[in-house]
Amino acid sequence: MNGKVILEKKQFDITLDRLCFELIEKHGNFSETALIGLQPRGIYLSRRIHARISEILNTSKILYGELDIAFYRDDFRRGNEQIIPSELKMDFSVQDKNIVLIDDVLYTGRTIRAALDALTDFGRPSKVELLVLIDRRFSRHLPIQPDYVGMAVDSRANDKVKVEWKETSKNDVVHIVTN
Amino acid sequence: MKKFSQRHLLGIKDLTRDDIELVFETADNFKAIINRPIKKVPSLRDITVANIFFENSTRTRISFELAQKRLSADIVNFSASSSSVSKGETLIDTVKNILSMKVDMVVMRHPAPGACIFLAKHIDAQIINAGDGTHEHPTQALLDAYSIRERLGSVKGKKVVIVGDILHSRVALSNIYCLQKLGAEVMVCGPTTLIPKYIESLGVKVEHDLMKALQWCDVANMLRIQLERQDIKYFPSLREYSMLYGVNKYRLDSLDKEIVIMHPGPVNRGVEITSEVADSKNAIILDQVENGVATRMAVMYLLAGQQA
Repeated sequence: MNGKVILEKKQFDITLDRLCFELIEKHGNFSETALIGLQPRGIYLSRRIHARISEILNTSKILYGELDIAFYRDDFRRGNEQIIPSELKMDFSVQDKNIVLIDDVLYTGRTIRAALDALTDFGRPSKVELLVLIDRRFSRHLPIQPDYVGMAVDSRANDKVKVEWKETSKNDVVHIVTN
Repeated sequence: MKKFSQRHLLGIKDLTRDDIELVFETADNFKAIINRPIKKVPSLRDITVANIFFENSTRTRISFELAQKRLSADIVNFSASSSSVSKGETLIDTVKNILSMKVDMVVMRHPAPGACIFLAKHIDAQIINAGDGTHEHPTQALLDAYSIRERLGSVKGKKVVIVGDILHSRVALSNIYCLQKLGAEVMVCGPTTLIPKYIESLGVKVEHDLMKALQWCDVANMLRIQLERQDIKYFPSLREYSMLYGVNKYRLDSLDKEIVIMHPGPVNRGVEITSEVADSKNAIILDQVENGVATRMAVMYLLAGQQA
């Protein structure tokens, strides 16, 4: 992989830990809070965060789900690629819960818009927050801002931010690739 | 990137194994959706679908209609008996008139084999075959195979026998193609008059003894005797057919294994299967109906998603 590395092993772990502690600071013992990862790329981050917080708080009771937003996207029939849904794991109601949506990169905000729509089809949450590993600032198409940010990045429109995970490739690393 | 290879769904014969797997994976998502309190997604909100039925149907039509509504599509229904077809309009004219009202997708059932293929060559809209005469009924085969996958874990390597009126059955032909593409072994069973000549050329086994067939299989798909398509007598009486080819509890109990019983509906209770069998835990007839909505949602979602 070419391009500039912006987040590597050690910094990566520190950042994840900091995000976990920020969440704990705000949500206490997570009795009213559910963590929801966004398919397909956000689930690696959400699984890590869920595992780490469960470890820190020594509990196995934190509500956790993985949300697929394929059916709510605003580019269905408008792009060239077929939108294939990913697996959906939501075995609890979001009614009156505090929800933390988790994704790897926040760019245009369109994914989060779709996720908010998808989420309301599972009930009415009392509050929804957004956690992202990378916030690409100044590139939003919609008025959506994150509540927890791993790292903020200023990048050009033709740059690509790529997050890689131990689970799918060799290392935890974030690159910026300029075309 | 995964992609559905066809622009229309005319028959299972045209699909690849990957296409069928893609429909199943997508249907898994829709099955989760139709089992939650809010059973709808907005994907097809800018699509209009015409359901054109030149033949009677309850289950398939309601299933398609529900699938379309749960995808938020707009729908128009049309049935031949109450339309200008009875005034002598041709098939192409009827459909072109409907399409000029800006319809994107057509679900059609027609008594003539190949009617959907013919239509696909002459009009722009995407077409889903909901049964064309004695030719194919692709969505039924997809939901049947999906139900087998759900009950037995996979279709590959399973032995499936299709029992009954193979000669007049579009469900049988589509099922044979679909199950074979997924790696299952298929046998057909019925009286000689209802088994088409040369059906072995499709790579299926033929058996005329029901007990031998049941003993061989993991799944028995019991077809309805389609008296409306039988212009001559193919067997002496329904009673005799039922005695030789009907599945009852006694026959199931005498097997040394559990088999799954399927039926595409409508069931003639006491002919193909007895009530006891239809309502037993071996039967997955109602699961098939539930899965029908999910697989049809998947097919329409995948087809509609191709158009830019």
